[in-house]
Amino acid sequence: MYVAVKGGEQAIEAAHRLLAQERRGDPAVPELSLAQIEEQLALLVDRVMAEGSLHDRELAALAIKQARGDLLEAVFLLRAYRTTLPRFGASEPIDTGSMTIRRRISATFKDLPGGQILGPTFDYTHRLLDFDLAAGADAELAGAGEPTSAPDDGEASMPRVVDLLDREGLIEAEEPDDESDPVPDLTRAPLRFPADRAARLQNLARGDEGFLLSLGYSTQRGYGRNHPFAGEIRLGDVDVELVPEELGFAVTIAAIGVTECHLVNQFRGSATAPAQFTRGYGLAFGEAERKAMVMALVDRALRGRELGETPASPAQDEEFVLYHSDNVEASGFVQHLKLPHYVDFQSELVLVRNLRAGTEPAP
Amino acid sequence: MSAYNFAYLDEQTKRMIRRAILKAIAIPGYQVPFGSREMPLSYGWGTGGVQVTASVIGPDDVLKVIDQGADDTTNAVSIRHFFARTTGVRTTTRTDEATLIQTRHRIPETPLCAGQIMVFQVPIPEPLRWLEPRETETRTMHALEEYGVMHVRLYEDITQHGRVATAYDYPVRVNGRYIMRPSPIPKFDNPKLDRSPALLLFGAGREKRIYAVPPWTPVKSLDFDDHPFTIERWEEACALCGSRESFLDEVIVDDKGGRIFVCSDTDYCGRRREHLA
Repeated sequence: MYVAVKGGEQAIEAAHRLLAQERRGDPAVPELSLAQIEEQLALLVDRVMAEGSLHDRELAALAIKQARGDLLEAVFLLRAYRTTLPRFGASEPIDTGSMTIRRRISATFKDLPGGQILGPTFDYTHRLLDFDLAAGADAELAGAGEPTSAPDDGEASMPRVVDLLDREGLIEAEEPDDESDPVPDLTRAPLRFPADRAARLQNLARGDEGFLLSLGYSTQRGYGRNHPFAGEIRLGDVDVELVPEELGFAVTIAAIGVTECHLVNQFRGSATAPAQFTRGYGLAFGEAERKAMVMALVDRALRGRELGETPASPAQDEEFVLYHSDNVEASGFVQHLKLPHYVDFQSELVLVRNLRAGTEPAP
Repeated sequence: MSAYNFAYLDEQTKRMIRRAILKAIAIPGYQVPFGSREMPLSYGWGTGGVQVTASVIGPDDVLKVIDQGADDTTNAVSIRHFFARTTGVRTTTRTDEATLIQTRHRIPETPLCAGQIMVFQVPIPEPLRWLEPRETETRTMHALEEYGVMHVRLYEDITQHGRVATAYDYPVRVNGRYIMRPSPIPKFDNPKLDRSPALLLFGAGREKRIYAVPPWTPVKSLDFDDHPFTIERWEEACALCGSRESFLDEVIVDDKGGRIFVCSDTDYCGRRREHLA
């Protein structure tokens, strides 16, 4: 006698216990602390914060630990926590011009006010596995003393490169936001099309780095080419200010690390507008240079409508990009294929059998 | 669970979702965009349905959750647990006891009655999506009631296969106006949508849309005069309860192609067996 499968409840509980065991791994190996993750997997923490849309290093580290290092799962954990938090206001726009700089480079000018500051970059490392690290010794670091940096000339001014171009009218003017407009929040209101740039940038900022990387790359290979130059990339800390209603003036509530990328893109001009450079903009929490750059590439690609370009490539297609950039949504919907589909499949079976019965030649 | 509000969502969010639900009820079959929240449940697992349920559930409700018609499938168990933990409401597997039923892919065989609310989990809310991928276009098509492409598609099926080759998520017209996806229920369940005494709510979390069929609203499965809508039938009866009226799941019982058919609705099947015993 056939008995229908039961016991989903016990199975789920057992799976959760097994998952907890697997997460811990061999108990003989010391457990990871959140501080270790924060300090030594800092770039992973940054990425989880950026795509999780929540700036909290400790919670991001916890999410990474709980997710066994699975990036998307950690992002998901952070998002599901974030969604429960009350919104008590929107900060003032951060001023990246007054950033405490850790890295600042421009590929468009050899030298510029404030100079080029290489900072902690992988760019010129040789990707040779360092077996000394495997031995667990950061000995060299301990003996080497403080890394040298450029002579500190006090409060060196570091104007943004695009502002220098702006002064000459060579780059499109930045349209200031209407201050009376509320800041859009994609986690509170659904995306509407056509989307304005603020909503697009918000979507890209929390979008999957891998997806945006490929899209940005595709524009460089001719699918919606937009002639980018890395006008400036800067990394450092900025103050976050909030104006509490009852005070009426701004107070600093936090300092956060961000990476910003300004792309300078060529634009031929039109019958009414002279040739001019255009802008692509990227910003991400923490050290996230690749993310900031691809965000800027895709931002520029999506600005076709306002610049009079005909969208022809995936990266220029607003609905395609914005609807598919979110890795928590994408990962969930792809993986829901694992859920039972007995009923739909049974309906299809009946249909296919009926269709075949109609077409098969008589034996 | 004291760190979370009753039914997980905060009250402001519930109000926002209830407003979307009211609008959806006022315009049957129309997809209302709403500020879908990120839920502690994965997208594709019923985040839309869970948000709708969380927004309408009260302490006196009795909740039933099914997936594929069954109360004991893993996802149904998981969602029922979620609400049991976050609301403390009574849960049930009996269709006639429930005031609120969340479902994935089925409508129970036991007829629904007035006062009940049925919440459907919806993966893709847009019925025209496979014909037109762009949301900006499909919204315009709905606004202009421009549904020609859908009829052409059904017609092409008939010329090619002699019948409409859609077995589930079969498109319907609600109240003579909007074309709507009934979510991936088998077309077998479509007739239960028509003039249902229960309120039918549809939630799509990832796509951020809510739509509704108010009680007693006419819902017509799309067809042609010379090719009327039909539902699937089995030659077999349920191997457990003997029903010839219910939707049957096919179960492979050995490696020689042997198979039996059993009711997909476990509550219906179990109670019929109690009666027979």
